[in-house]
Amino acid sequence: MTPDVHTAQGSVPGYRAGATLPLRVELVRQLRRRRTVLTLGFLVLLPFLLWLAFEIGRDDRNRGSATLVDLATASGANFVVFTMFSAVSFLLVVVVALFFGDTVASEASWSSLRYLLAAPVPRGRLLRQKAVVAAVLSVIALVLLPAVAMAVGVVAYGADALISPTGQSLDFLPAASRLALAPAYLVLHLAWVAGLALLLSVSTDAPLGAVGGAVMVSILSQILETIDALGSLRNYLPTRFSSAWADLLASPIDWSHLASGAFSGLAYATVFGLAAWWRFATKDITS
Amino acid sequence: MLLVVALLAGAGVAVAMTMIPDPPPVTAENVTIDVPEGPGSTSQVRLDATVYRPAATPAPAVLVAHGFGGSKDSVSAEATALARRGFVVLAWTARGFGASGGQIGLNSPDYEVADARALVDWLATRPDVVRDAPGDPRVGVTGGSYGGALALLLAGTDRRVDALAPQITWNDLAQALFPNAASRQPIPATTPAAGAFAPDGVFKRDWAGFFFGGGPAGSGPCGRFRPEVCAAYNQAATTGGPTPEIVALLRRSSPATVAGNITAPTLLIQGEQDTLFGLDQADATARQLASAGAPLKVVWYAGGHDGGTPGTALREQIGAWFDYHLRRIGADPGTGFDYQLRGLFGTRRGFAQRTVIAPAYPGLDGVPAQHQFPVQRRELALHGEPQQVVRPPGGSPAALSSLPGLTSAFAESARALDEVTMDPPGQAATFITDPLAYPLEIVGAPRVHLRVAAAPVGTNTPPSEAVLFVKLYNLGPDQRRTLLGGAVAPVRVGPLPTDGTPVEVTVTLAGVVRPVQAGHQLEVAVATTDRGYALPQQAAAYMVSLAGDPRLAVPVVPGEQAPVPLPVAQLVGLGGLAALVVAVGVFAALRRRHADNADPGLAEVPLVVSGLAKRYPGDITAVDDLSFRVEHGQVLGLLGPNGAGKTTVLRMLMGLIQPTAGELRAFGHRVTAGSPVLSRIGAFVEGPGFLPHLSGATNLRLYWAATGRPAEDAGIEEALEIAGLGHAVRRRVATYSQGMRQRLAIAQAMLGKPDLLVLDEPTNGLDPPQIHAMREVLRDYAAGGRTVLVSSHLLAEVEQTCSHVVVMHRGRLVAAGTVAEIVAGTGTVSFTVDDPAQAAAVLRDLSGVDVMGVERDIVHAQLDGTPRAAAVSALVGAGIGVEGVAARHQLEEAFLQLVGEEDVE
Repeated sequence: MTPDVHTAQGSVPGYRAGATLPLRVELVRQLRRRRTVLTLGFLVLLPFLLWLAFEIGRDDRNRGSATLVDLATASGANFVVFTMFSAVSFLLVVVVALFFGDTVASEASWSSLRYLLAAPVPRGRLLRQKAVVAAVLSVIALVLLPAVAMAVGVVAYGADALISPTGQSLDFLPAASRLALAPAYLVLHLAWVAGLALLLSVSTDAPLGAVGGAVMVSILSQILETIDALGSLRNYLPTRFSSAWADLLASPIDWSHLASGAFSGLAYATVFGLAAWWRFATKDITS
Repeated sequence: MLLVVALLAGAGVAVAMTMIPDPPPVTAENVTIDVPEGPGSTSQVRLDATVYRPAATPAPAVLVAHGFGGSKDSVSAEATALARRGFVVLAWTARGFGASGGQIGLNSPDYEVADARALVDWLATRPDVVRDAPGDPRVGVTGGSYGGALALLLAGTDRRVDALAPQITWNDLAQALFPNAASRQPIPATTPAAGAFAPDGVFKRDWAGFFFGGGPAGSGPCGRFRPEVCAAYNQAATTGGPTPEIVALLRRSSPATVAGNITAPTLLIQGEQDTLFGLDQADATARQLASAGAPLKVVWYAGGHDGGTPGTALREQIGAWFDYHLRRIGADPGTGFDYQLRGLFGTRRGFAQRTVIAPAYPGLDGVPAQHQFPVQRRELALHGEPQQVVRPPGGSPAALSSLPGLTSAFAESARALDEVTMDPPGQAATFITDPLAYPLEIVGAPRVHLRVAAAPVGTNTPPSEAVLFVKLYNLGPDQRRTLLGGAVAPVRVGPLPTDGTPVEVTVTLAGVVRPVQAGHQLEVAVATTDRGYALPQQAAAYMVSLAGDPRLAVPVVPGEQAPVPLPVAQLVGLGGLAALVVAVGVFAALRRRHADNADPGLAEVPLVVSGLAKRYPGDITAVDDLSFRVEHGQVLGLLGPNGAGKTTVLRMLMGLIQPTAGELRAFGHRVTAGSPVLSRIGAFVEGPGFLPHLSGATNLRLYWAATGRPAEDAGIEEALEIAGLGHAVRRRVATYSQGMRQRLAIAQAMLGKPDLLVLDEPTNGLDPPQIHAMREVLRDYAAGGRTVLVSSHLLAEVEQTCSHVVVMHRGRLVAAGTVAEIVAGTGTVSFTVDDPAQAAAVLRDLSGVDVMGVERDIVHAQLDGTPRAAAVSALVGAGIGVEGVAARHQLEEAFLQLVGEEDVE
């Protein structure tokens, strides 16, 4: 039996590089993993845990200045703000690092990476599809947390005005629309974590190394941020503008830190992402 | 090339993120300037100074004065920044400090202020300083705290000063160190933070001690202070009361005496977090300056002696002030009033802040009518019964409101001194407002009218005067109390009638800038003690009550939020990033387009390997100059010991690793990473690779879906049949045995019936029946017109399965051909006979036959082309019984000869 007619590139009929590893398939591959479901599930659970903590700890009336916690129960919108503040510097970094850092490295650790590449899924496409799916999962996570927090907060503390960190009061609907912008900012800002985790993911066969490495860099950056002697050098730290989303709550909105944070996040993401792509496109797959 | 792109991207990002042009060079020169020791004195005091020269001279000059305890070096950053802007900057160490001579006169007009005038004279002689007239340089003066007061005192006594920017300083040092916030007379109420400035105040002991006790060391108990300063402080510290002498001395050092002369444009900066020099001090200066007609801009910032020195934004404002008023460069900074509202809570970057801009400082005389507006006061009703408060003997325990000199360290971190405040029980009377119906921003000093009466304590005579501390708490709905600004207003009310008749006073609380949320209450606390102040030692009790129509008058200053500029640089940067990513994408697409490389002459040849080599760093050669062909329909065995480079070849065939030299062509197409022709190759290389959490069947289905090819081409059922997993295909792969995974992986390689099937050690981990079945499968596969490439280190395996063989050793090709060819060239035959000695002799006689040896009843012989039948018939003809004839290990023999026996385990 002679082979069928083949395409100019030499592939079998029915094969198209642009059709390999469809997003739907990669999404299924990821969604059927327990870690994906557990991560998203935990983000749903967190606002309930916080609410429970406030209910249990209600009698504790320490003296002292107003804190985030005091404002947290002022309204549903404030509950969202508190939830975001508590999650932004570590939890959400871990989540994004997990989705991006694990995606290629885990395939390498299962040895399934070489079969995908020999299928063949072109390397650039494999990285792109995986990055897109990791981004989709990250966006879901970043939206899920404030959305659930808003639902829990409104039920528990009502749809009153938001008290902003600068003491301004913002009606519920405008506050909610601004809070809706916060995940959008975090998507742009945390892009640096995504880029770094992806770079580490293509550089190692150990998923834990990739995820942990990105988280470690984030922690290191936050530690360096506390060293005042570094002065304005700290503006180059990737975590420098991690709390700039809170600027969205002020009136008028000061966009400078938000824009700096978005730029810093995307700039690091571009450098890391291009490096990841370059590394993955040229490296010898030995896993 | 791509690396270059990545590097350029990194460099671009770095450039975009800095966007700072190289600062113009500044030269700093250390100088000493001799000034008269005192009025009418002929001796000199040597001042240690530094001149910072800008790139272009002549230029206007700026004097930068340092704070108490500092030196010219503590202002070098500010001085350098001003010199970069284009000013000749003179920073000097005040007398009594650092390397300068003389003694500290506490900004005395005879000493420090005279020194500053001498420095202006000195500047007038310099050719690099612009002069308005002979002996009159164009000069500004700035400084913080001690230096700020000097700036005001100099400008008030020397009309040559053309602009000034005093920061966080005092108006009346006597009031700053002996404040009394209670007045029986009405207090002017037009400005937001006017203090009572009543006489006979309470000694601010901790701050004064910090000031004087922490002064520069010297010999003797007075250190480097002038004797009269030292004596006045000793008296105050011992008695706790302001003597006329010390008040006179402190007044001489106060801008209050001369501020009414200042007409130069003044940028007056005061801190909102300052228990040493509060907002009331700047308020008093502002009123004097406005009356004198000086163009005045007032800035209150979220800092101060308890909250940090002015930051870069504020320094920039100071620079712009001098730019405009000394050089007419830049926009007119105007005569407005800015204040910063510190947020309700902090983050790692400190408290959230916002700046509010009012058109002018409210309530000033002498400013243009369109800029005049009175301060607004919200009158909040206060509730509270008359309460008795007690001062314990010795004034201990005492309330804690601030930690002089230490709180600024806390203020940088999120929690400020609000956290450390406490009131001992029984010592404070409290009066409270209703919960606020609307959010309120307190900007300035609230006021309250109180009645204070002496109350008898036991048999003691009632006190003749009251020392009390009035403060304002923000009381949350959860009863959490926050001391606003950490500040207290000390009051001394006296004389008190001994019969208990109350005295009515107006108290101006400490000036603060703080938002208060709706639903919160404000609480006025009147306490008998405070650790920061000198307290009367004897026990006392007072009745404190609200006077008349009990209201708390809270000043508010409406303004506009500071406009926020669009972050242009960042937006440009974002655009640049987008362009970069698009450029890289286009480049990658172009590169892909030219990637294909086909040789039509080889279109029917499944695999041609030519000159293939793979070397790793460190001169490790895995494959070297390897060439062979796999023709259509062959089952080709790639044979070699472990480490021969077989797997490396197969990885290169899958496009997983890049050859160092040479190439592989599959069906004429050169194989590179992700070549489309790989879709015609099914591969199983170096073990299975599955998603362990999915079942075998799901793994195959998802794998096929990932190829993007039509589902009907897959033949999944067929493949699963070959794998022979039965019901196990529904189980998670993690539960499979090694053999099961192996079979599933081979089934995966066969999905879609690839034209070339590549299997690496396919029988590893299989048991004999499975091995047998596998051979059948492979033979059938090739018989169906497809091609199979099998690698193995097992000779029997290849011999039994393959039609052709390529033998590799140490990365090189050793032999290639049909199995028969390889075997024929080197065949050794073993004859089992009844008389081995005789048989050996017979065989030796045959031409070309070489007897290798005799083992019991077996004779091994190298036939070298002689047909076996001829050898057997010769033996039989010699009467020897031949029981068996066998090729001895056949391929193994060949293999061992080819690669050398020592290399095979």
